[in-house]
Amino acid sequence: MAERTATIASRVGLHARPAAIFAEAAGDLPVEVTIAAEGEPADEAMDASSILSLMSLGAKHGDKVVLRAEGDGADEALDSLVKILETDHDAE
Amino acid sequence: MKNLTGVGVSAGRVIGPVLQMPEPIQEPEQGAALAEGETAEAAVERLKTASASVKENLQERAGRTSGNAASVLKSTALMAGDKALLKNAGKLITSRQLAPERAIWEAAGEYAVQMKALGGYMAQRVTDILDVRSRIVAELTGQPAPGIPESVDPFILVAEDLAPADTATLDVEKVIALVTSEGGPQAHTAILARDLGLPAIVAANGATEIPDGTLVYVDATDGTVVMPPGEKEKDLAEKYAHRKPLPEFDGHGVLADGHEVPLYSNVGNGKAAQTAASGKAEGVGLFRTEFAFLNREEEPGVEEQTVEYKAVFDAFPGQHVVVRTLDAGADKPLPFLTDSSEPNPALGVRGYRTDWTSPGVLGRQLEAISAAASESTAEVWVMAPMISTAPEARDFARMLDEAGLKTRGVMIETPSAAVTARPILEEVDFVSLGTNDLTQYTMAADRLLGPLAELNNPWQPAVLRMIQLTVQGAREAEEATGKAKSVSVCGEAAADPALAVVLVGLGVNALSMNTRSLPAVAAVLKSVTLEEAQRVAAEVMAARSAEKAKDAARAELPILDELGL
Repeated sequence: MAERTATIASRVGLHARPAAIFAEAAGDLPVEVTIAAEGEPADEAMDASSILSLMSLGAKHGDKVVLRAEGDGADEALDSLVKILETDHDAE
Repeated sequence: MKNLTGVGVSAGRVIGPVLQMPEPIQEPEQGAALAEGETAEAAVERLKTASASVKENLQERAGRTSGNAASVLKSTALMAGDKALLKNAGKLITSRQLAPERAIWEAAGEYAVQMKALGGYMAQRVTDILDVRSRIVAELTGQPAPGIPESVDPFILVAEDLAPADTATLDVEKVIALVTSEGGPQAHTAILARDLGLPAIVAANGATEIPDGTLVYVDATDGTVVMPPGEKEKDLAEKYAHRKPLPEFDGHGVLADGHEVPLYSNVGNGKAAQTAASGKAEGVGLFRTEFAFLNREEEPGVEEQTVEYKAVFDAFPGQHVVVRTLDAGADKPLPFLTDSSEPNPALGVRGYRTDWTSPGVLGRQLEAISAAASESTAEVWVMAPMISTAPEARDFARMLDEAGLKTRGVMIETPSAAVTARPILEEVDFVSLGTNDLTQYTMAADRLLGPLAELNNPWQPAVLRMIQLTVQGAREAEEATGKAKSVSVCGEAAADPALAVVLVGLGVNALSMNTRSLPAVAAVLKSVTLEEAQRVAAEVMAARSAEKAKDAARAELPILDELGL
């Protein structure tokens, strides 16, 4: 099981636009990725490719989330997703 | 039919037939079970197909648009095909034998509840989820998709409110104006209407009662819907249709005789400041610092604030930036500052007053402003909101002195501050009139209440008198202290080109508004001399009602009709 912790960079949190960018990227990956707020048990993690799950997480600017994936390419997949979360899409 | 009044959020005057948005999709009956002969597996499949088709339709529409609209549609399309949503709905079908339309209704409803509970930006996305849900239900039950009606001829679209997915694909060749019975000036409909340059009125109570095909006159400059249109309305719409194109603002607010009236922008963050700078604003007349604090459980640190403030200052190197300290309370509550249980928040602990109940926050903000100012070349002025007395102005001025901030000011938003402008301005260097709150407090009318819209009008003689008293107080303070005292206006009034002339005629020195209003205000100011503006102001001050005051000004300013303003 690969695991990464990322800090939300978007200034208004993981709202519609950053969530859409992230969910789409997660859906395009060859592995299934889950997302959870830092400190939440792994079995309560949610599907990272679900925009509604991402938004209902309510992650704000500066909050930490944990991404998990298994299988071939899991590390690369998580690295690419961390990069998206740590970019401030509202500043673009 | 009776004419309607709402809030004009994007100017323009047009006549056309009304088409109402179709009835919203109704909630499928509670506990609605699978149809006879349909297995749960088949129903789940049917739901997947419906969701895929809605997703595809939204994606296709996203492909036909660009910018903000496309990004809204794209995220809405993702919601339509959301795996977790389908999984949850699928579970309801198999475990409770629910009909797919009922299952998706409940599953999406749960997400909506969760997001609403999160508040802020997330809560505003609830409309998108509910819109997606209606589209899937329509697809499953064979009803027409909710959305903008099709028509060969141009029409005025009327709705309770519009979902982003609707406004995003508005065909501006067909839809010539928008009227909604709900919604506010800051909601999605208003923002997109402005983006599209489409005349729009929101909060026009009764609009959804207008039968399809009724010919109406929409005056989004005034916020009125007139039916049927008379000669006067036809004339106005005709003039609007033949309006001169508005010249771009050249970055120099000046009257016909060369008298300068600096025109500034109201901004809330660095990004808006850059937009203002590219719109050639001569500076920032109102920097709303709430942005750095919104959606926060705790006060942001001094360093973080410094970064936010510097972003605005850096957009205007060497130019004027007026910072308004934190204006929390009333319609802008902050958990660490304001008491949400106040029975009357507009008259409660808000603005400058929060320093009495939560001392320290304002001091740290001033520290951050001072730090940001010293790292930039902007000419930084600082003012406090919700000042009521001269001693408050003195206390605030002392805080600014301690923070090393030189140019000290206060907002004039309360009648008490307006009538004591002289002693207040003996304590500080400048004042800025916040006409939105000044109107609400002078008229004792909650600015968010639709039925009080007529009272909430800056053209009300009492409000104009408050402005006049403020200017008089400033001139008296100048004589008493021998120092120049600047009076500016940073409320919505400054963005009304006719009222802008009156304000200048009353002696206001500078105006600050949203960036998109600069060209109109600049063009109208350029058409009058100071003497003419003073004459217009004198006539307006003699009027006995808001309507007569506005008519008096408009009669003197033919350029307004030429430019379709």
